[in-house]
Amino acid sequence: MRGFLLNRLSQSLILLLIVSVIGFLVLNLLPGGPLAQFGLDPGMTQDDLERLKEQLGLNRPLLIQYLDWAWRLLQGDWGHSFRDGAPVLAVIGRHVLATLLLMGTSTAIAIAIGTWIGIRGATHRYSLFDHVATVGAMVALSIPTFWFGLVGIYIFSLQLGWLPAGNMYTIGDGSVLNYLHHLILPSIVLSLVHVAIWSRYMRTAMLDAISQDFVNTARAKGLSERRVIMKHVVGNALLPMITLAGVQLPSILTGALVTETVFTWPGMGRLFLDSLGYSDYPVVMGLLMFSAILVILGNLIADIAVAIVDPRIRLG
Amino acid sequence: MTERSDTKSNYSRRDALRLMAIGGAAGLIAPNLLGKPAFAQNPPASPTGRVVVGLSQEPTVFNPLMPHIEADEAVHFSVFDALVRMDPKGVLQPNLVVEVPSQKNGGISEDGLVWRIRLRDDVRWHDGKPFTAEDVKFTLELITNPKFRAWRTAGHSLVRDIKVVSPTELTWRMEEAFAPYQSFLAETFMVPKHILEKEADPNAAAFNQAPVGTGAFKWAQRVAGDHIELVANADYAGEGPYLERLVFKYIPDMTVLYTQFKSGDIDLVDQAFITADHYAEASQLSDRVVKLEPGASVESIYLNLEKPQFKDPAVRQALYAAIDRKAILEALYYGVHKPTETFMPQNSYYYNPNLPAQEFNLERAGQILDEAGWVPGADGIRVKDGVRLSFANSTTSGNHLREQTQQFLQQTFAEIGVEMTISNLPAAVMWGDFWLKSQFESAISGVTNVIAGDPDVSNRLHTKAIVAKGGKGSNTGQYSNPEVDALLEKGARTFDREQRRAIYLRVQEIVRQDLPFLPLFAYTNVFGRKQGLEGFEANSNTRVASWHAAGWYWKD
Repeated sequence: MRGFLLNRLSQSLILLLIVSVIGFLVLNLLPGGPLAQFGLDPGMTQDDLERLKEQLGLNRPLLIQYLDWAWRLLQGDWGHSFRDGAPVLAVIGRHVLATLLLMGTSTAIAIAIGTWIGIRGATHRYSLFDHVATVGAMVALSIPTFWFGLVGIYIFSLQLGWLPAGNMYTIGDGSVLNYLHHLILPSIVLSLVHVAIWSRYMRTAMLDAISQDFVNTARAKGLSERRVIMKHVVGNALLPMITLAGVQLPSILTGALVTETVFTWPGMGRLFLDSLGYSDYPVVMGLLMFSAILVILGNLIADIAVAIVDPRIRLG
Repeated sequence: MTERSDTKSNYSRRDALRLMAIGGAAGLIAPNLLGKPAFAQNPPASPTGRVVVGLSQEPTVFNPLMPHIEADEAVHFSVFDALVRMDPKGVLQPNLVVEVPSQKNGGISEDGLVWRIRLRDDVRWHDGKPFTAEDVKFTLELITNPKFRAWRTAGHSLVRDIKVVSPTELTWRMEEAFAPYQSFLAETFMVPKHILEKEADPNAAAFNQAPVGTGAFKWAQRVAGDHIELVANADYAGEGPYLERLVFKYIPDMTVLYTQFKSGDIDLVDQAFITADHYAEASQLSDRVVKLEPGASVESIYLNLEKPQFKDPAVRQALYAAIDRKAILEALYYGVHKPTETFMPQNSYYYNPNLPAQEFNLERAGQILDEAGWVPGADGIRVKDGVRLSFANSTTSGNHLREQTQQFLQQTFAEIGVEMTISNLPAAVMWGDFWLKSQFESAISGVTNVIAGDPDVSNRLHTKAIVAKGGKGSNTGQYSNPEVDALLEKGARTFDREQRRAIYLRVQEIVRQDLPFLPLFAYTNVFGRKQGLEGFEANSNTRVASWHAAGWYWKD
């Protein structure tokens, strides 16, 4: 186990290094840059722009800028946002809870419903339910989320007036009920795609397990079909789902780019889009490293969890 | 608005959708009214109620002296005060000063070099400390402090020897006479010395996240990525405030911004306002006041005057006559924007309304070219002295309205034997060196020519502002006219409003004649607010709708 962890750690560090170099390069090579937004400001002179470039250290060679950034990061200094001047970790901290709330809810919905649909689809293969679920999943996967979002707002907010047209809460009303009311539409819209993914994976994993010999054995022992399915089949089918959960874990904290914009949700996805739009290098790099670390952690946790649950697998 | 009636029938589907939407929206408006105070015909005696302002960009910069965007200024105007204020007519009014300094009242010396500022004595910072001349001195010096990441320094960099005469009076000397500085001061918000002088690094001061000003509203809180909340400053020295709370809500998507205005979540739409395609629907909403307000930007076809095709004034006149502006505005821009003949905003005190109106006349356009000796070649494209009347036009790729405008122009230009090709670039490339260093042949761009509402356009039209020729500025079309140069120099040294007006009216006349760029339209913004929100005034001499929230109040 220790050897496995050490091995993983060294791999992760190399991965982070590569991610940071590529991210830094791509970001800096994009035309525009942090001062482009002031380029068309009639009151900003060329001298002003040059001065700001120097004050922000953007006139240094790229390699120096990268090394400076990386050295500070190693010391725990993630830098300051070019926009509001706040430390990058504080900026992330301000947005991560909103995302956790939205993504956590939608992921919980997606796992619960997706797993159920997957199980039912596999046990009632080629039934009407299975066909509807398959087509539904295809539709959910192929139609962009923002479209679902806008349609949802149109129907449930503007037409019916049942649900708010976006926002995390009504300003001036911080009650739990108010949060929940605002959470309904975006979390359902977001979970659509995830339900589709989860149900498809779950169905496949179930079918895989159903055809195994031990299932026949269990049936031969005279166990009820319900017991066979719930205990033997589902138990085994959930194993690959742990890996899927590991892959999905980072998105719970990194957020949804488009959905957060449509629903004016102040989360990480929108922070990323905004920071990219303003070329707020320190925040974009911070978010990049943050999600890279989460991806590594998610996979690590999934691997360990699988090893714990599945006695056939030993890490080392 | 009246000319829209003939195009109405085209929007039957839109109308149907609108009618359907109103039914749903009405249900949302009613509960929202419950949160509002008892209504009064006049501003209430004490601050009551709340206004939620929607912005499509997030305000993040709260130190008003640091580099920021329009959305940030909505907050700055409410939390801070400048020495003077630019009113909707483009006239400077006193704010923190007792009177606007001028040569007549002795505030500015005859040579324009010595300024004497007299301040109000009843102004306090939000923390209770008195506002004095020391704060003004500190603010102006901070802007030019090399360690400080200041926003605009134009004008400020000319200020020398700031002397505090008394708590309510100070003087300074200018390195050279620079009249636009009067207007620049309207966008120079005063910051508190007693808070910022203690900071080792003014760029990272706690103040920047929780500002203290003298304005009508005090900082309450910010929920990053969502909104900023301000509360009434009961001790405000000026008029108002009449609202207890002022909220700036960030809504990143323009369609959603409009949707939330429709649903009643926001009370007023600020930057970047309601999109033109929603105007027809918005103006029909019940309980909403939706109005067209002139903006400060002008959309034009910029011609690179160093290209041989554009050197002949006849070509520029012919091209201008070959633009069917009415059709472009009505068919593509929903009839929202207004035709203009000048670079000056229509609400400016310096706007020249007496310029000859452009007339779409292809016959006349062809005639002008014929007379100037541009004759059609074998391929139908006109030629003169070996120069083919063919050029490329560039703008931001992905800007659909501009792309359609280009195709429109391409067709009418072809009818007079002029070939226009379309060569668009991504925004970051288009407005980089390609634009700034005049590498384009012709370009479509929306430009704000005036700075802080001041009519000085040297930056756009003076020969010294051509970067491609080693100058400093944004004269990207490379326009050069000695008479205009002389007038602009005189205008920048002239402090008297009437004298300046005469100068800039003349500049507009010459530029209209020379046609260094071909104006397509003056931008008009679609402002929207809830019925009952009174005291609101649009001001195109500022960049935001929330330039004077101190005067807003709810009434029945």
